[in-house]
Amino acid sequence: MLRLPRFRLIEPRSYGEAAQLLAENGAGQLDRARGTPTLRVMLVAGGTDLFPNMKRRQFTPEVLISLARVHDAAGIQRNGHLDISAGTTLTAVASDAGIREGYTALAQAAEVVSTPQLRNMGTIGGNICLDTRCNWYDQSLFWRTAEGFCMKTNPDVVCRVATSSPKCLAVASADTVPALLALGASVHFEDAGGAREVPLSELYREDGIRPMAMRQDEVLTDITLPESEGWRSTYMKLRDRNSFDFPIAAVAAAVRWDGTTVTAARVAITALGSRPVLVEDAARPLVGTRLDDVTIALAAEAVHKVARPMDNTSGTISQRKRAALVFTERALRSLRPA
Amino acid sequence: MSKQLITLHVNGEPRTIAADPHHTLLEVLREELGLTGTKHGCELGECGACTVLVDGIPVLACLTLPALVGEGEVTTVEGLATGESLHPLQIAFAEEGAAQCGYCTPGMLMTAKALLDATARPTRDEIAHAISGNLCRCTGYTAIYEAIEKAAARS
Amino acid sequence: MSEFSVIGRRLPKVNSWAHLTGEARYADDLFLPRMLYGRLLRSTRPHARIRRVDVTRALAHPGVLAIVTGADMPEKMGIMPSTQDETALAVDRVRYVGEPVAAVAALDEDTAFDALSLIKVDYEDLEPIFTIEEALEREDVKIHDEAKRANVFKEVHLSFGDLDAGFASADRVRDDWFFFEGNTHAPIESHSAVASYGPDDKLTLWTATQVPHYLHRELEKVLGLARSRIRVIATPNGGAFGGKSDPFGHEFAAALLSMRTRRPVKITLDREEVFYAHRGRHPVKMRIRTGVKKDGEITAVHYQSWLDGGAYASYGIATTYYTGALLTVTYRIPAYKFDGVRVYTNKPPCGPKRGHGTTQPRYGFECQIDKIAEDLGLDPLEYRKKILQPANSRTVNDLRITSMGLGECLDALQRATHYSERRGQQTRGKGIGLAGSAYISGAGLPIYWNEMPHSGAEIRIDRGGGVTVMCGTSEIGQGSDNMLASVAAEALGVMPGDVHVVSGDTSLAPVDLGSYSSRVTFMAGNAVRDAAMKLRALLVAAAAAKLEIPAERLLAAYGRIYDRNDPEKFIGFADAAVLAESKHGTLVAAGSYKPPKGIGGSFKGAGVGPSPAYSYQAAVAEVTVDLETGTVTVDKITTAHDCGRALNPANVEGQVEGSAYMGYGEIIGEEQVFRGGLHKKPSLLDYKIPTSLDTPVLEAIIVESVDAEGPFGAKEAGEGPLNPVIPAIANAVYDAIGVRFDETPITAEKILTALGKRDRRGEAKSRIGPDGLDSGKGDPKRSLRRLSASTDARERKRPVD
Repeated sequence: MLRLPRFRLIEPRSYGEAAQLLAENGAGQLDRARGTPTLRVMLVAGGTDLFPNMKRRQFTPEVLISLARVHDAAGIQRNGHLDISAGTTLTAVASDAGIREGYTALAQAAEVVSTPQLRNMGTIGGNICLDTRCNWYDQSLFWRTAEGFCMKTNPDVVCRVATSSPKCLAVASADTVPALLALGASVHFEDAGGAREVPLSELYREDGIRPMAMRQDEVLTDITLPESEGWRSTYMKLRDRNSFDFPIAAVAAAVRWDGTTVTAARVAITALGSRPVLVEDAARPLVGTRLDDVTIALAAEAVHKVARPMDNTSGTISQRKRAALVFTERALRSLRPA
Repeated sequence: MSKQLITLHVNGEPRTIAADPHHTLLEVLREELGLTGTKHGCELGECGACTVLVDGIPVLACLTLPALVGEGEVTTVEGLATGESLHPLQIAFAEEGAAQCGYCTPGMLMTAKALLDATARPTRDEIAHAISGNLCRCTGYTAIYEAIEKAAARS
Repeated sequence: MSEFSVIGRRLPKVNSWAHLTGEARYADDLFLPRMLYGRLLRSTRPHARIRRVDVTRALAHPGVLAIVTGADMPEKMGIMPSTQDETALAVDRVRYVGEPVAAVAALDEDTAFDALSLIKVDYEDLEPIFTIEEALEREDVKIHDEAKRANVFKEVHLSFGDLDAGFASADRVRDDWFFFEGNTHAPIESHSAVASYGPDDKLTLWTATQVPHYLHRELEKVLGLARSRIRVIATPNGGAFGGKSDPFGHEFAAALLSMRTRRPVKITLDREEVFYAHRGRHPVKMRIRTGVKKDGEITAVHYQSWLDGGAYASYGIATTYYTGALLTVTYRIPAYKFDGVRVYTNKPPCGPKRGHGTTQPRYGFECQIDKIAEDLGLDPLEYRKKILQPANSRTVNDLRITSMGLGECLDALQRATHYSERRGQQTRGKGIGLAGSAYISGAGLPIYWNEMPHSGAEIRIDRGGGVTVMCGTSEIGQGSDNMLASVAAEALGVMPGDVHVVSGDTSLAPVDLGSYSSRVTFMAGNAVRDAAMKLRALLVAAAAAKLEIPAERLLAAYGRIYDRNDPEKFIGFADAAVLAESKHGTLVAAGSYKPPKGIGGSFKGAGVGPSPAYSYQAAVAEVTVDLETGTVTVDKITTAHDCGRALNPANVEGQVEGSAYMGYGEIIGEEQVFRGGLHKKPSLLDYKIPTSLDTPVLEAIIVESVDAEGPFGAKEAGEGPLNPVIPAIANAVYDAIGVRFDETPITAEKILTALGKRDRRGEAKSRIGPDGLDSGKGDPKRSLRRLSASTDARERKRPVD
């Protein structure tokens, strides 16, 4: 049986305490004594991403800070805008009537994450912080030993995807993120000193190793979505199987209607690079239109242009690039008024 | 790191055991509590064989830390029957031949129980979605659908 | 009213209850006092010489009790006695990434895992070979020194009838190349074995194996321990599909570690290791030339196959023959030539997967038959019916055909699906496809030459009327325990639930050769029936004397032996048992089965192909192709299967549906593929076995041809139904988009390529597939270079700070 490496588990009761514990246990410090360099302390929420990674020895933290017992870590509140606590399970997000109605893309995205069991365990905060994925990286210690490791776990080694790449090319793979981007989400962090709010669109960067502009000593606490009046949204995902699989191309689109005219729009993609991307060039042409086919084709073309899949997931580059185009068209067409 | 005392509530019984903190609920159920009915096919959350219920919700024992289950009520396949009476799902699975090798079956049964507890008369589509996290390599799922429908019709 | 009381009824399997309550004890569920946990160290190199294995540090690690390496078990082993080229653990050479090299036993599994990284193996890398083409050509690199030509493991050439005359008389000759990608079994239970060497110097090995008897023999050979001191117990297999039918390194390692420590040792493979154990479907390149008359009558077939065998033999010699042997049993072929080559490559060994060796050629042949029908303007279903090999005949390669229900299968499919009316009539993107197939009900010969029965069974009736059946079969989920109980129950006139089954135990049960080649129902069924009929005669005679009714008038059913003319005149089964035991002594009978002589030819190579009976089947697939994304959805698969007689229709349908599911997975996305010798997808996330949301609607139709020699008329049901599904889907995709898929799997990428939508310059193609041996997959060494790349290029690119 594949087992977890040994660790010390701490179970804080509040985010503040969790942030305090992060700082105390050397947040961000690398432990070089455990084979490949690994973070000394890590946060875990549902564990559905981190535990498999730990079993494969991609991470072997000495200290694990579980957020499972944090008070009020889960819940969905509405007062004009929508506030989702980071510890809310994906099942709860997917089945929430208000989200299904007003923030459809998010409900749809949450509903197609992995499997029912994983959604019962995994949280939306965890999905936002999902580690980037790569089929040269998401492998066991044995496999990676045979491989000779890769840049993501050993800086002295090349990226196996493109051996001359100066950057790790692991892939952003969280379903909910493009949906949240399309819905204009912002996220809240807490550290030992206080709290801050960041637009989600500023959180990610084109770096497979450190994909998030998030400090190691802060904790993601909440997600805020603006008012949904007039907005329609949807999420479409390419994967090999209709369950279990991470996206290998995905598009979220949201448009605000005023009568028969689009007054605002956002299109976001993921699994087509190391960073989920809010594609401004796809959204811009939509505004002021009725989502006619010509306009949609322009948007799809813009998405196609920024989609830069590499050969490190299931499927192929051309298949995924094409799916980005086709799904953008289909997503936008589905947002036309009935 | 030394073992820690943990009290779990499993199939209606409080069980206190000493376990390594890094051992998952799957390991504790099978190795400390002798509840080997819960199977494992990958230990990475990629097959669903180790599905158990925690407070009635299907979760994967291979990715669950016992310490975090707390007061939660854990139900495994051994807790499905009540005394002498098998659960309707167990009878229907036998009648329909829904267990071939039987290895995915405990996890499948737990998922199906949670489904029927929440939805008395699920449609074929609802069943297919509910069990989409439980891989079966033998049946092609058809007999499993029929068994779940049969159990639903009887309860 | 049926003539049977048990046969033909949808009764729950006798072993269901253990499965459904969690009480079934699979190998990994065994926990013995003082048990140690073992783990295997595996090769990180695709091809290398082992200079030295240093276990000193690992052995000194607290909690480690013993370590064994290849040098401790140097004896060659392997499933086929004539081609043993493997050792339990690698001795001086490793031939694939993942090959076991050493094994550790420790107090717990965490410790065993940690200890692996303390073992130092000094490798001297050798050039690896990854493709069929390289293997055929590279004389300078030998994966096995014994190979006579380059890396050819086995080469066979067989010819029957006058091939030249056959082709000369043909009006048309089709010449097609095909490629079938390798894939693996992926049972949900990983392999597991528990060994216990006792103070009495006896070894017991509980293991998830399909072949306890063959394993028994290999354990003797490798461990140097008399077979009389070894007991193998096949635990219920949590799925096997052919993947647990070789002797494996972990079984020997657990045994030897137990002998060294005198404690029980368990080794359970993790999921990734199962992909290295493999023994799955061979990647096969094929060329099929078929001559036909204008009316479609086949005049000659020349079939050639090149099998990528991976690093070791496994069943490879049989697999090679099987690619050619069974093409002849479905349609009339007057002249036939078969050339087969299996090569070694530096990848996990391929072996038997459900449909063993016949799946790949059947795919190619049924796709070609579809093309021939189109060339000649014939309906593919009617065409197949017209050229059927007749029942009670002999094929061109001298195989005896008895019952043959392929025509009935085709008729049943036409009725159920209206195939002929729907083909070519749907909107673009929607398609329907058909294929036929056949499979053996057990191999005519055992894998080691002997004159003994292929299957033996013993039945004991106790004084309370309890019936115990003992048979060496291995229950792998196919329902063999229930088959044994059902056949015995029917013959004796009790219910299956009254029968205790002891199976898979080499000490308690007579030999059955194992759960492979779909032999168990036919062979073990006949053995059990043989034993049961002997006991039945004693019981009926005793009842006849008591009831004073002639024995010929007595029937046995539902726990009674009764007068057929007046069922109220009866004696209870237990009472009859007491009477019979009083008269004859302890009620024990043995039965056995051996296939009849003369069911195959006598030429060299005639040993593979003959079977006492062939199952027949056909499938219709309905598909939808997304013309924009290239995604193929299989909406429905209807399979009609001639199983002779359905001993338990629910179980037969389960096998047919499960086969359809597995075949679907093989053509839609499952691939055992490698990059530079590293398995690309060694997990259940990356290796895409279908989920409930992917699996098509499956419908099974049972056709009963009632075989004269099968137990109550039964033939196999577990493997054959997989075969037609794969070409049926390929033919359906052709119907949907007009593109022939002459290679598997059918991926979105390939669909887009065919539709000319892969990129902006794309040109549409009418066919995806190989054109010859060399049209392989680009540069096989590209990934290898990637694995050895230095950081130089990256550093040059990086801007100077």
